[in-house]
Amino acid sequence: MASTACFVIVSRNDCPIYESEVGTAPKKDEAAHLHQFILHASLDIVQDVVWTTNAMYLKLVDKFNDLLVSVYVTADTHTRLMLLHDSRNEDGIKNFFQEVHELYIKMLLNPLYVPGSRITSPFFDTRVRTLARKYL
Amino acid sequence: MAPPTRAGDYPFAPVDRVNAELFTLTYGAIVRQLLTDFEEVEEVNKQLDTMGYNIGVRLIDDFLAKSNITRCSEFKDTAEVIAKVGFKMFLGVSATVSNWSADGSECSLILDDNPLADFVELPDTCQGLFYCNILCGVIRGALEMVSMRTEVKFVKDMLRGDDAFEIRLKLLEQVAEEYPYKDDE
Repeated sequence: MASTACFVIVSRNDCPIYESEVGTAPKKDEAAHLHQFILHASLDIVQDVVWTTNAMYLKLVDKFNDLLVSVYVTADTHTRLMLLHDSRNEDGIKNFFQEVHELYIKMLLNPLYVPGSRITSPFFDTRVRTLARKYL
Repeated sequence: MAPPTRAGDYPFAPVDRVNAELFTLTYGAIVRQLLTDFEEVEEVNKQLDTMGYNIGVRLIDDFLAKSNITRCSEFKDTAEVIAKVGFKMFLGVSATVSNWSADGSECSLILDDNPLADFVELPDTCQGLFYCNILCGVIRGALEMVSMRTEVKFVKDMLRGDDAFEIRLKLLEQVAEEYPYKDDE
């Protein structure tokens, strides 16, 4: 498992709707801010890369020192699943994204969830963390 | 299609079906809209019950016409018919009847699977919501049309973390049928 991993879902309106630190490294406040900052900065690159390919998994789009940013874009609404990580494990990350995408779709099918709003479901959170442990 | 084997299957076989997801999401949209319109969860529960009641009073005719069941001699039969035939016909799942009270006027209908509540997860803001409360209304309305006044409510809800959906069904009184004519006339 990766020691640093920060997972964020960004809605089509560029709002973060889900954030979690899924790495094993002990939590540090500055680190969390740094992660947010890097992910935020790579949003612009995502916007360019997304039109160059048909795939939803964009692989590595950005890096900052030893931190890498991988992104997966959903087909319909341009929701971006972004992962900041420090280990090179492309297959694992791809699987992780695919499974989280499925979870996210289930989330959207919930009539009581408003698309584009913050994901507060504890069930979703637990599942994402389990997937992170499994694949990253 | 295989010949029906159980009581509930027979009326179910020729009925038109609808895609389960369409059904679930349509119901979800109704609840969502009610939550936006009424804002209060309690009010939404009441509204769902009323809507169900209005469905029930109409649905019972359809049910009697298609199911070919005979008159129930006592309340226990009625509960069985609702659980095994009614639910199967209109919801596609059957319920089990249990927890009878000593005097036989109160029982529970237990649903292990409820297509209405697929995909649903209650957010913190609607904790008091009985998402499937419409079912209570349907049963109440239908029974009222066959001269049974009942009280129906949810006591267990999987969406609130219980192990099943449990609907408590209580017979308040059996309204005697009144004929508009006399026998000797």
